[in-house]
Amino acid sequence: MQGALKQNITKELMTGLYADHRAAIAANDYPALTARRENAIHRFEELGFPTTKLEAWKNTDLRESFAKEYAVVLKPKQDVDVQKVFRCNIPHLDTAIMGQLNGWYVSKDVPLMELGNGIIMGSLAEAMKKYPALIGVHLGRYADTNGDAFTALNTAFSQDGVFIYVPDNVKSPKPVQIINVIHNDENLFLQSRNLIVLGKNSRLSLVHCDDSYNHQPSFSNVVTEIHLGEHASLDHYKLQSLNNESTLISSVYFRMEASAKLESHYISLNGGLLRNNIRIRFNGPHGDAKIYGIYLMDRKQHIDNQVFVDHAYPDCTSGELFKGILDEHSSGVFNGHVLVERNAVRTNAYQSNKNILLTETAKVNSKPFLEIYNDDVKCSHGSTTGQLDQDAMYYLRQRGIGEDSARMLLMYAYADEVISKIAIDPLRYRIEDMVKKRLQGELQICEACVLHCNTPEQPVEFVIDMTKI
Amino acid sequence: MLLSIKNLHASINGKEILKGIDLDINQGEVHAIMGPNGTGKSTLASVIAGREVFDVTEGEIFYKNKNLLRLAVEERAREGIFLGFQYPVEIPGVSITNFMRTAVNELRKYKGLDPLSGGAFLKLMEEKKELVELTSNLANRSVNEGFSGGEKKKNEIFQMAMLEPTLAILDETDSGLDIDALRVVANGVNKLRTKENAFLVITHYQRLLDYIIPDFVHVLFEGKIVKSGTKELALELEEKGYDWIRKEQQDNGKAE
Amino acid sequence: MESDPNKIIGEVTQSDYKYGFVTDIETEYAPKGLNEDTVRFISKTKNEPAFMLEFRLKAYRHWLTMKLPTWAHLDIPPIDFQDIYFYAAPKKKKQYESLDQVDPELLATFEKLGISLEEQKKLAGVAVDAVIDSISVKTTFSETLAKYGIIFCSMSEAIQHHPELVKQYLGSVVPYTDNYYASLNSAVFSDGSFCYIPKGVRCPVELSTYFRINAANTGQFERTLIVADEGAYVSYMEGCTAPRRDENQLHAAVVEIVAMKDASVKYSTVQNWYPGDKNGTGGIYNFVTKRGICKGSNSKISWTQVETGSAITWKYPSCILLGDNSVGEFYSVAVTNHHQQADTGTKMMHLGKNTKSTIISKGISAGKSNNSYRGLVRITKNASNSRNYSQCDSLLLGSTCGAHTWPYIQVENKSSIVEHEATTSKISEDQLFYCQQRGMDAESAIGLIVNGYAKEVLKQLPMEFAVEAQKLLSISLEGSVG
Repeated sequence: MQGALKQNITKELMTGLYADHRAAIAANDYPALTARRENAIHRFEELGFPTTKLEAWKNTDLRESFAKEYAVVLKPKQDVDVQKVFRCNIPHLDTAIMGQLNGWYVSKDVPLMELGNGIIMGSLAEAMKKYPALIGVHLGRYADTNGDAFTALNTAFSQDGVFIYVPDNVKSPKPVQIINVIHNDENLFLQSRNLIVLGKNSRLSLVHCDDSYNHQPSFSNVVTEIHLGEHASLDHYKLQSLNNESTLISSVYFRMEASAKLESHYISLNGGLLRNNIRIRFNGPHGDAKIYGIYLMDRKQHIDNQVFVDHAYPDCTSGELFKGILDEHSSGVFNGHVLVERNAVRTNAYQSNKNILLTETAKVNSKPFLEIYNDDVKCSHGSTTGQLDQDAMYYLRQRGIGEDSARMLLMYAYADEVISKIAIDPLRYRIEDMVKKRLQGELQICEACVLHCNTPEQPVEFVIDMTKI
Repeated sequence: MLLSIKNLHASINGKEILKGIDLDINQGEVHAIMGPNGTGKSTLASVIAGREVFDVTEGEIFYKNKNLLRLAVEERAREGIFLGFQYPVEIPGVSITNFMRTAVNELRKYKGLDPLSGGAFLKLMEEKKELVELTSNLANRSVNEGFSGGEKKKNEIFQMAMLEPTLAILDETDSGLDIDALRVVANGVNKLRTKENAFLVITHYQRLLDYIIPDFVHVLFEGKIVKSGTKELALELEEKGYDWIRKEQQDNGKAE
Repeated sequence: MESDPNKIIGEVTQSDYKYGFVTDIETEYAPKGLNEDTVRFISKTKNEPAFMLEFRLKAYRHWLTMKLPTWAHLDIPPIDFQDIYFYAAPKKKKQYESLDQVDPELLATFEKLGISLEEQKKLAGVAVDAVIDSISVKTTFSETLAKYGIIFCSMSEAIQHHPELVKQYLGSVVPYTDNYYASLNSAVFSDGSFCYIPKGVRCPVELSTYFRINAANTGQFERTLIVADEGAYVSYMEGCTAPRRDENQLHAAVVEIVAMKDASVKYSTVQNWYPGDKNGTGGIYNFVTKRGICKGSNSKISWTQVETGSAITWKYPSCILLGDNSVGEFYSVAVTNHHQQADTGTKMMHLGKNTKSTIISKGISAGKSNNSYRGLVRITKNASNSRNYSQCDSLLLGSTCGAHTWPYIQVENKSSIVEHEATTSKISEDQLFYCQQRGMDAESAIGLIVNGYAKEVLKQLPMEFAVEAQKLLSISLEGSVG
């Protein structure tokens, strides 16, 4: 399929491609998986690509993304210099790095690493061959293939991605970093699938980056399933810094068993159209999930965060805090949905979405929704949209701080409420740095991806340096 | 002359608050402005500082022989005008240290000086903190966030000490302070008094003036300065209350 | 006015839906079902001018092309529109010249509802338009109001006597194409109230319409139009009851309000249609479109609603804030118990500059009911310096009910500020215990606490309504504690 023709992506094209290449797509499958693909393509055919007529897509119009032509690549070429693409580091942060190129796992050495403590990480395709039983228990079990067209499409087509397994009682000694770089000479239409399994009482910090390598348009449909076993704990960071021509549909399905603990951070700095479907299901009591988001959009960028939390069991706690700054012609959507089921007593849930509009052409749609079916709950939500606090602006200026600096200081402080929640210090410093650059318009999508540095980068001297004092 | 206000009229949303203020302040002087609530004391402070919600409809303000009304808020601040707010705003996420470092360095830039190094800045902070008996942990907190009334006012005086203004306007700095905090604030002000700078102290009560002795006292009533005198005037007001002024004004009105 | 909580509690513990009686009144029907002939029949019976028939027919033809809305969080059983009487009216002589000519049964009905139509017993300071089965039977105070130039009469009379006003404003806020039920209403509405307050006039009394469904198998489709000319002010109240019947009855009303420059309209509703019984049998389907437009600058429209009745409520009293500096308000208490379902809220469309809106919504769910708040706040590009504040709280009583909050916030203007807050919780155990320790039973305590919870909204109601609303809240929650 190399050098595939660029064409308009339609439902018919995709179902046709599937019919023509089903054997190749399913080459690595265990039998149940092939059946799931068949089912999924059928479901995708019924659903079709979403349009703004659907409530869930009302404020995100994909027509512009679909107006571009893309090549659908069923098998990747691996002739890039892996060493050149992945030389990432965060100063002072020692991470285990996994690379993905155009959604496919790329290995520096081996496709699947098995560490001494039992942790397995590497290519999902490889893991399907080697550990079909382990994969079979989880893969496709949490993602909503039935209701979500993109997930159905992904289930039908996806062949590879990242697999991480942390066995029971194992605490990953260092953070794991997944770097997914989109890099091709063609416009790509991509499907990739990740599976992350945390055993009972295990622990993992995961930094998941989506970056572009150049200005080539791309359309990625990424589905990630994450299973947290009982008492497992996951610190999850999603960093998005794609070029303005890229469309990313990222669906992450979290399944949380009893007493599991999740902290997820969505840091969206760039991208043409970013859609984050974040779906969390508590599958046992005493779970705790916190989801934080910060998005800084400008030009004609669009971000849509859809957060669904299903409180299916008692005594769970969930919290959402999403904050955005929208500049120029950008637009933002927040759609939060907390469902408290009948038996989920003693539920504690809050949602908060705050937006700042910097221009007359930026816009925001916010819909924090609570759906509650029992009385023993404490739920709240709030949504604020406005401008920077004018009283604070005046106060800063009265102290002699110029308007631009004052605005920068306040924007930074505004973002800091979310960034300060990042628990890993070096990562937080790095992200603070990036946010500062982004707010000053200095963070461009360039040859280097966000965390990809040719030389350990000199921290930029800022007029306002929050971190060093 | 440091500050010269002539026939100043100012309004907000079309409602006139200041109805012809005349006031001259020289270097080295402390002026107190007193008057009942709602007569325009805070408005006067805001207009001098350059708050944009107020419209100056008539009159002029000259400061260091410059037309002050032409300058933006931050330009006035850099020229040495400091306003100690009656209700300092909370700014979550901005630590006092960074806030002050930004302010001090922008001021230095304006004066053509190099920015202070981190070390020099921290040393300066320590010095000034002592001056207003500010506990060190306060400096790491966000500006005014969760501060008590007393802490907010001390923080204002601390900032004044850091920025070394030529004209400091203290807008009801005494309101909501217990006697100890009041003493701390007043001591801070007294230590900062020099022959070169001047203070405009706005207060409702005479109490603060026991600690900060004014050279001149003015009574602001319904948008105008209706009486000026020395510190004895403050004592007289304390004794007789503002009804006396009100009555006198009414009588004057009748006489006309 | 009596608002002794003990008395209210007393009634709580005894009463059921006390307006559930049926009156034996001779009734005139249009043939069952709906087609163009029905529409023509209604228009002809009411001796309407041609423009009205045309309006109705256009609406009917448009309605045929529409689909039932399904987006609400409601489970609506299919409605057979051919099994409904679209027009039912108490049989009457040509015109009531005086009360003597009104059917005594009918007068008795309103007496029983606590609404006196007799001049000497008129509610002090309230002019009433009484509507039974879609037909206005009596408007009090009309002559007094006429002195101020205020027109307050039934819609039918307005069509006869003020066709120019009706023609100008009818459908100007809620066009006949607006939505399924509004189109239906536009085709078949039978009566309702009409109110015009001339320039600069402050209406000296509260205007009030009292709606009553009596006949079986009827749909009630009334249409209310309120126009406040420049600088005018009016406070308008609406109350509703229906007999207890086992079958569901459809009520699809439309209310339109126009506020010109500097005008102010306050619209208060206490909706107490029959909610069905404990098992969810019977009750009114209350599918209502209410909308006001602040047409001129500095105008204001304020909606206050207390929704306790109806099996299903689908209702979003809204404001279009077109004039600069105009103000929209929505205060709501919605109570659902047993098998009731409510999907109610508001829309605030900010089009003018410096426009302001406030939304205060208190939902209370009990039994097996579901109660949803659904509200849209939209700040358009040109609505600079606009403000919205929304507070939507839900209270749950028991573990078998549902409370849902769907705010839609759309902002396209950077100088505007929109704030939305919401909480959902159960009734405070501490408060309950406190009341019970003082000797109240759980039900009384709940009644008391709920009234306190809803106070912010109840205090917006005119005095005459506030007391009734308080009682209703307690009564509606009866049987909610197991």
